[in-house]
Amino acid sequence: MKENVLKVENVTMQFGGVIAVDNMNIVVNEKEIVSLIGPNGAGKTTAFNVITGVYAPTNGAVYFRGKKIVENYPQGKMKKLYKGENNGIYKSVLSPTPDKITKLGIARTFQNIRLFKSQTVFENILIAEHLRRTSNLFTATFHMNREEEKNMREEADRLLEILELSDVRNEMATSLPYGKQRRLEIARAMATKPSLLLLDEPAAGMNPQETDELTAFIGRIRDDFGLTIFMIEHHMDLVMEISDRIYVLDFGKPIAEGIPEEIQNNPRVIEAYLGGAADE
Amino acid sequence: MNKKKEILISIALIAAVLAVLRVLELNIPPTSQWAMLLTVLKKGSIYALVAVSMNLLNGFTGLFSLGQAGFMMIGAYTYGVLTIPVADREMVYMYYDGGIIKFALPAVLGIIAAGLAAALFAFLIGLPVLRLKSDYLAIATLGFAEIMRALFQWDTLGPLTNGSNMIRNYPTFKTILFPFIASGICITLIVLLINSTYGRAFKAIRDDEIAAEAMGINLAHHKRIAFTVSSFFAGISGALLAMFQTNVQAKSFNSAMTYEILLIVVIGGIGSVTGSCISAFLFIACSEWLLRFLDETHKIGDFTVPLMRSGFRKVVFSIIIMVIVLFFRQGIMGTKEFSISGILSRFGGKKKNNKEGGAPLQ
Repeated sequence: MKENVLKVENVTMQFGGVIAVDNMNIVVNEKEIVSLIGPNGAGKTTAFNVITGVYAPTNGAVYFRGKKIVENYPQGKMKKLYKGENNGIYKSVLSPTPDKITKLGIARTFQNIRLFKSQTVFENILIAEHLRRTSNLFTATFHMNREEEKNMREEADRLLEILELSDVRNEMATSLPYGKQRRLEIARAMATKPSLLLLDEPAAGMNPQETDELTAFIGRIRDDFGLTIFMIEHHMDLVMEISDRIYVLDFGKPIAEGIPEEIQNNPRVIEAYLGGAADE
Repeated sequence: MNKKKEILISIALIAAVLAVLRVLELNIPPTSQWAMLLTVLKKGSIYALVAVSMNLLNGFTGLFSLGQAGFMMIGAYTYGVLTIPVADREMVYMYYDGGIIKFALPAVLGIIAAGLAAALFAFLIGLPVLRLKSDYLAIATLGFAEIMRALFQWDTLGPLTNGSNMIRNYPTFKTILFPFIASGICITLIVLLINSTYGRAFKAIRDDEIAAEAMGINLAHHKRIAFTVSSFFAGISGALLAMFQTNVQAKSFNSAMTYEILLIVVIGGIGSVTGSCISAFLFIACSEWLLRFLDETHKIGDFTVPLMRSGFRKVVFSIIIMVIVLFFRQGIMGTKEFSISGILSRFGGKKKNNKEGGAPLQ
């Protein structure tokens, strides 16, 4: 029996009167690659933001490895405005900041690349080591943590080696070609040593060759690092090739779930999402 | 270039700079026109420290704060109030029956207390204002500095702050080496912090807050650290400035002073410690000495040079600032640093120093 890594339970995210995510239920199991697809504006990134603590959901809960990490219920003016379901079954508030979620072992990448622009590839990776520091402000300032500092650098270098970015180690992150920037962003997320990786459109803006490379790359890091991957993607080739299961979201509502073949043949999905481009 | 050799060269250069300063000090009589050079060097070293502390916040953490003069004032007052000799208190606090503090700390402890007091205020004010971003943070910190300035002149606090009267008669420094060594140590500490894992976290926050948070960096915590540490060193530079001026008055720590410091940071390059140091000396040299002639009336024969009158210096300054902002936005150094190994490799032995304030000595 595979363990439940991520469980999104009855999550509704309402901004004012607009429901961005409507009663979403998602389960991601150990070592699976699960994709979340849907037309633009379907609420995919909002779902990610709820999982990673950027937004507190209006209602619902998120579990990570059986432990509740996020929970909320409609309060204040949302009490009146709330239009979603399952009102009243959640009673407490748990809304950690994104850094706490990362410390639990959930790392993410962003739809529009967010690298540390003024820093080199190596420094981008090295920053992730900060969260495992044992030194405090004083020991770090007086460089009394040489051993730790050395380990941090070695670990960052090792990761660069494994992810084949060593050759651009000292280049500025923004000087890399687009495909490599995407890969660096994944590498940086990996450097936080997550067990669950959330990828927000990793192949956005990539050409077919770069997409193929990325497909192989994602498959490889899953196998090499024993990761569970939950991703948002628009490139159907990539999604169909790599996913173990797929969730389809439309207007904030999950409309289908299943293995790639089921999704490809699901009439509701074809209507809502693939639409005229069913031949893709 | 190996590390050991670099450290040796640094130590030799620091010693050389200090020796040169000492020689200058002993050989320039206070009446000569070169005496101004010593003033510039002293004040420059103090401004270098406060500029670097502001750069830690604005340049390295990306927090646009304008409270620096306020924290300097807290430092200056803390130092002054705590170190006035007990015998002199009756005279200094003549309107407030000798004040409420009946002890005097040694100067060094006073300086450290100045830093701690500024840091404490920064920590407390940081709790609410660090939630703000960019311009709003600047407005809030500027407001804080102005409020503190008014508060320190408040009559009711007179027994502590001497109201709007001067704080004076506290110990000052006798030699030019003191501000240089004190600033040098503090700047070295800031550089060490910037080069540590915390410094990397600060730079990550500057580059992209959202990504930094996703990398597991606690934003509130790290911003608070940067703000508090920056204010600690601003407080120390305030204490040094108090020693330099030999008296302290709240009204001199106005917002114009914050803008001066901000200017130094911008001219030096936002994100460059050595740039801040160099431009601190340049700025002080220009405003205190080299551009003074603009404020005087000059006559060539019967012809009076137009425009040259009191206040014209400020006009020239403003024009220089506009030119810098329009054409040299990177400042002197951009985000680059001046390092001994870098200089050596480029010029094969030509020397300049950056550790003790980075003054290019003429």
